[in-house]
Amino acid sequence: MARVRGKFAKKETTAEVMDPTKVVGLSPFQLGIARLRRDRVAVIGFWVIVAFVFMAVFAPIIVKIFGLDPYKLDRSAINDYGLPKGPFGGISWDHPLGVEPGTGRDILGRLIYGARISLLVGTIGTILTTSVGLVLGMIAGLRRGIVDAIISRLGDVTLAFPSLLLLIALNQPFTQRLVDLGVPRGNTARLTYILLVLMIFGWVYVARLVRGQVLSLREREFIEAARSFGAPNRHIIFKELLPNLWPQIIVLVSLSLPGYVSIEATLSFLGLGLYAPTASWGLMLGDSVGYYRSDPTYLVIPGLTLMILVLAFNLFGDGLRDAFDPRSDRQQL
Amino acid sequence: MIYFVIRRLLFAVVLLFVVSFFTYVLFTALPTNPAALTCGKNCTPEVIARNEVRLGYDQPIHVQYGRFLKGIFAGRTYGPEGASVHCPAPALGYSFEYHECVTDLITRTFPVTLSVAIGAFVLWMGIGVGLGTLAALRRGRWQDRFATTFSVVGISLPTFFFALLAILVIVIWGGLLDFPQYTGFTENPIKWFSGLLLPWATLAILSASTYVRLTRNGILEVMNEEFVRLGLAKGVKRRTLIIKYVMRAAMVPIVTIAGLDFAALLGGAVITESVFNLPGMGKLSIRAVTDSDLPVLVATTLVAAVLIVVANAVVDILYGFLDPRVREKV
Repeated sequence: MARVRGKFAKKETTAEVMDPTKVVGLSPFQLGIARLRRDRVAVIGFWVIVAFVFMAVFAPIIVKIFGLDPYKLDRSAINDYGLPKGPFGGISWDHPLGVEPGTGRDILGRLIYGARISLLVGTIGTILTTSVGLVLGMIAGLRRGIVDAIISRLGDVTLAFPSLLLLIALNQPFTQRLVDLGVPRGNTARLTYILLVLMIFGWVYVARLVRGQVLSLREREFIEAARSFGAPNRHIIFKELLPNLWPQIIVLVSLSLPGYVSIEATLSFLGLGLYAPTASWGLMLGDSVGYYRSDPTYLVIPGLTLMILVLAFNLFGDGLRDAFDPRSDRQQL
Repeated sequence: MIYFVIRRLLFAVVLLFVVSFFTYVLFTALPTNPAALTCGKNCTPEVIARNEVRLGYDQPIHVQYGRFLKGIFAGRTYGPEGASVHCPAPALGYSFEYHECVTDLITRTFPVTLSVAIGAFVLWMGIGVGLGTLAALRRGRWQDRFATTFSVVGISLPTFFFALLAILVIVIWGGLLDFPQYTGFTENPIKWFSGLLLPWATLAILSASTYVRLTRNGILEVMNEEFVRLGLAKGVKRRTLIIKYVMRAAMVPIVTIAGLDFAALLGGAVITESVFNLPGMGKLSIRAVTDSDLPVLVATTLVAAVLIVVANAVVDILYGFLDPRVREKV
């Protein structure tokens, strides 16, 4: 078991959590948080995520303070062949992580702005997928019968499609369709398309989990008790069912979010996501393919950044699962 | 049991029809006019309109779909009379981009994808199951920590980044391998092997990471079962117990999931094939996207979907044989 050191130890020591007089008043949620805090790896993951979010939210300010304009072309930083001057992709005081070959744009500045895209796709994609899956899963679980059958079969059909292939294949025409429908042309339409397709293929996993949970929860005594008091459906859904679903949904969300971040990068990498000059990590990686013989730094830095963020999410997600879903405990078994 | 098999197969057939219909409608309802692709740069509105009628794109969608289905079973003739092309059954369409029957394109690219998938499968099952078993048996020790770290890092590594990094380090800096290239197995098995090593590793690393977890958790779960304790109590050797009983019970769900993953891979490893420039089905679909080559897109999507549906049915039925409890549920 990982022991906490440093500043985290002050907030919640093992002894405090284990102290029986205090444990009595803790809800499962609080217990989970306490367990999470003792997981050193998960805490590190959490702070890395916080750092990235901070970077994304305050990107314009950070970029201004350090003078790292992500869009400014810096001819003086590249030589006549378009390659960065100096070793390691032109790392210097002006450009701490080097410059983009061909344009001389600052890589750190572009990475900071790229974090916005990655986190935006990750967050909105997850919210959309989870809400649709949650609603459909609850309907299927509560209504049962024919409604359940329709939703479940719809899920089977959805899973039978090769999603990445369709995502790629329908990209251009459906983005066009979105523009026709009034979504602003360009990257807004592209982003909307990606998010919509992610939602169409992603809801099934959430819905299946929720449906299973609802089916088992609805037979439990506390729901029966609420029903016998004549509680309206609204009450049963929001006050009885949802609080019991949250822990598992949170876990699922934290593990699917990094997947969406990767998908955006992959699509942009394949030239099917966002377009330049917007700064996206996948776009930088795709661009770096043309230079990786002469300027490998340009490949390694955005790649590592993407990996660190995804890794942080996965580590945090694993920690969450251990903390909130003791049955699937990696340590316990 | 027979009842279960029949029901599962019927469901698969229905699912196939639904999926093929959806795929067909999805692509045919696109705003790009498929007839406009038949004449390239010499297109005039009249030519397009004529080709539209000739190819049947003016018909209502269910008629088009009916013809498409008929083509699969009976073969189909494309193009105008005089200059027509006949594709024998199963005809999935005719590509005006390649001037070839789509079925031929797929049979040509499939061996590449199959080679990529088989190698990757062997590698990922080897690493995943091996490392997962090791982690479970040495739980809490450094082997376990290594396996867990490997798995979380592997899952977090974007496929294309790993591929590019592998090319950079192994091919360009190390000079250990030539740039990956596909050579037919029957032509030169050694070149086939060395040319596909990096694509295999790329595909395997992600799946192996997942299977390390699955195997580790599966084995640990089985080791908690009563029959294992009974075996130990009766004095069965730990080694025999693990190999003969624990592994067997733990592997059943893993093998079935592996079957599904393998089928999904056969539909085309889009990212790997395009990074390594391998002429497989994934690459074919990507090119079809950029060329707006509709018949090819419909066909590759359909083949991929069919593989998934068939694998699902096979796995379910196998599972039904292995585990009687499943039979009643479906």
